[in-house]
Amino acid sequence: MKKLFTRNALITLILMAVSFVVVEVLIQANIITAYYQITLATICINIIMAVSLNLVTGFTGQFSLGHAGFMSIGAYTCGIITVANPTVGGFLTGIVMGAVLAALAGIIIGIPTLRLKGDYLAIATLGFAEIIRIIVQTLDITGGAAGLNGVPKFTNWPWFWFFTVLTIILVNNFIHSSHGRACIAIREDEIAAEAMGINTTKYKVMAFAVGAFFAGIGGALYASTFFFLKPATFGFLKSIDYLVIVVLGGMGSITGSVVAGIFLAVVNTVLAEFTAVRMIIYAALLVVVMIFRPQGLMGSKEITFKLLQKKPQSNKQE
Amino acid sequence: MQQIVNGISLGSIYALIALGYTMVYGIIKLINFAHGDIYMIGAYTGFAVVTYTNLGFFPALIIAMIACSALGVVTEKVAYKPLRSASRIAVLITAIGVSLLMEYVMMFFVTADVRSYPDVLSNASFEIGGVIIKMQQIYILITTVLLMVFLQYIVHRTKVGKAMRAVSIDRDAAELMGIKVDQTISYTFAIGSALAGAAGVLVGIYYNSINPLMGIMPGLKAFVAAVLGGIGSIPGAMIGGMSIGVIENMVSGYGGSLIKDAVVFAILIIVLLVKPSGILGKNTREKV
Amino acid sequence: MPILTVNKLTKSFGGLTAVSNVNLQIEKGELVGLIGPNGAGKTTLFNLLTGVYEPTTGDIILETEGRSRKIQGKKPYDITKEGLARTFQNIRLFKDLTVMDNVRIAMHQNIKYMMPSAFLHGIKYHSEEERLVREAEELLNIFNLTDKKQELAKNLPYGEQRHLEIARALATRPELLLLDEPAAGMNPNETAELTKTIAWIREKFGLTILLIEHDMSLVMKICERIYVLDYGMMIANGTPEEIRKNKRVIEAYLGEDVN
Repeated sequence: MKKLFTRNALITLILMAVSFVVVEVLIQANIITAYYQITLATICINIIMAVSLNLVTGFTGQFSLGHAGFMSIGAYTCGIITVANPTVGGFLTGIVMGAVLAALAGIIIGIPTLRLKGDYLAIATLGFAEIIRIIVQTLDITGGAAGLNGVPKFTNWPWFWFFTVLTIILVNNFIHSSHGRACIAIREDEIAAEAMGINTTKYKVMAFAVGAFFAGIGGALYASTFFFLKPATFGFLKSIDYLVIVVLGGMGSITGSVVAGIFLAVVNTVLAEFTAVRMIIYAALLVVVMIFRPQGLMGSKEITFKLLQKKPQSNKQE
Repeated sequence: MQQIVNGISLGSIYALIALGYTMVYGIIKLINFAHGDIYMIGAYTGFAVVTYTNLGFFPALIIAMIACSALGVVTEKVAYKPLRSASRIAVLITAIGVSLLMEYVMMFFVTADVRSYPDVLSNASFEIGGVIIKMQQIYILITTVLLMVFLQYIVHRTKVGKAMRAVSIDRDAAELMGIKVDQTISYTFAIGSALAGAAGVLVGIYYNSINPLMGIMPGLKAFVAAVLGGIGSIPGAMIGGMSIGVIENMVSGYGGSLIKDAVVFAILIIVLLVKPSGILGKNTREKV
Repeated sequence: MPILTVNKLTKSFGGLTAVSNVNLQIEKGELVGLIGPNGAGKTTLFNLLTGVYEPTTGDIILETEGRSRKIQGKKPYDITKEGLARTFQNIRLFKDLTVMDNVRIAMHQNIKYMMPSAFLHGIKYHSEEERLVREAEELLNIFNLTDKKQELAKNLPYGEQRHLEIARALATRPELLLLDEPAAGMNPNETAELTKTIAWIREKFGLTILLIEHDMSLVMKICERIYVLDYGMMIANGTPEEIRKNKRVIEAYLGEDVN
């Protein structure tokens, strides 16, 4: 009989629980002040966005430059719903609706565009994200170019922790399933994947929709944390922010995305006053990493607990 | 009519930028995201020249073109050349990185403030049958046409041009035939960047304002123009640029100035889906 | 009963006719060879049969699972689901994945859990994944690859990569298997070994096999019937003995040794 959890999974769960308790205690003790709670929020949003983008770009190999577009759908949906219904129930409805609408947009955008490959796909997703941004800018319900003001704040550390952990676990489970392997096969060799009976269009759209779903959650949390939404926030540069995290951490490495997400949020906080310097560092990092380590810092490897383990971890049925 | 006239002058600027995209894509299959920023730097170089040296329009144009072409070559050598054998995605990400680097290094040095160009070309305008034409628009059109004729000459009548065409068809075969591939790629970047630099100066004069992020949107739109015309095709870039310019002006002329960018991107997506090879491009497919 | 019938199949790329008016029929259980000089259109024919290309004209009729239907114009993955699998001339393994994953991916179409289970790793997920590993190991055993199941496909020696491609194709549970130059790049010993393996899997899985091969020792030894393609046209069809003596075939190979 197999065990329900591998040792690695168990350790991960324990780590997640410990992270929750430690941060909660630090907040209660006011060591993590309100100012640093913003960093904490950024870390969690970074992780959610990067892990979901990694599913699309790192695992399925579909280069997307429009992740911020889906994020904005989640953000505005949640924002509008919680403004109308400022309760926890409204907040949760907002998150779910935001995620579902973003996933729907992912399907609608994915079906036509995912026939394209590589750089053409990148530019088409960029185009769609810009179209979403411009639509948001022209609508009344979203507050137009002026933005949506006064989104009530419901996010706190337990919520952030919950959604971040949820995203990591679900995406990780997915890529370790047969459906996830079908997506990875598309990245490796699309023609061979088709010859092995994998409906490549279906799985590309699926990965895109799942990625958009979690980006919707990320956006909803953003809305609830930062109080104020404007269309320009979710432009091309925002998509690039998350791409940088995925690339730095490694295309196809979830732990890489987590570590890089934390790292860049911290860099952000430290350099909050110096936008230009921060962006120069981002850009230089991107170029240097690509030149010297095009697969990203972690490549497609995961950070595992090798020392505690006897067998290689990729086979789950040991 | 007025929209068409305005569209053509805007379109010729897009066409100039699109040429650089198309040439670079043709030769190394890279969407050079940094191209829009070369254009921005061209605008700043021109600005610096006319503001601080009192030289006229043409010296400014030439100096900006030379500066940009040097910058283009250096960028290629430093950032793209080490990645010749890497995946196209890796090179594309690098290009995005280079683009951000240029934008924010500029922002660091010249600040994010919007600058305005001094008047170096006549502000005069005249009217033909109810259509107002500015002298500046005529200058833009003339400069663009001259540069394009010059480019056609280089590509079709010179040895460098022949090498470029050879490398874009088959890099390995070209190399075996004794063509210096690296040198040819450098020339391509030099010429493409020079055209972007010229476009930068023209835009600075025409719109009278420049800032470090000005390259993003025109860069993207010029890329759309290149795709529309057929990427890799020089006449295609001209046709695409003009079309995008005119369409954009028509849309804003009929009250859609808020959505004009969305229309351009919609065109991109439709072209990519219906005829990814564009108006004048060729079809290719993967060998199994 | 024919498992595969090809009627007047033609494929043109622009002005070039790569496959011209080809007829072909394969009976259930046969092992048929497809030979011809380089550029004769053999791989193009495979690509037509497997849905990579759409034919310009003509019919492809597949009869598997007791049903007969036209498959031209269908997507490759649909054709694979109908029981037709292939290998590639220029090995197309999932290079950066493990040997085990390569085989498991090909089993995806027979998986019996849905998306929710993929996210939540429910009971169904665990039982199905266990089955997958078990079946994959059985397949790998045939090709002596069990010990290397955790190696990356790209790190296998060339001959084993060819083996893994066959194992992966078998994992889709085909009735008709198309092998595109399975012995390319192998030495005579490896080829002899492969010849045995092909005969063996054919018995074990009740397969019908169509193979493209340049190695005449393999083709003449195991194929019951041979089709010969030249300049896109089917110029001969018969037993190895007949093909060996066929004038047109000898001409087509222009002095190449058919023996």
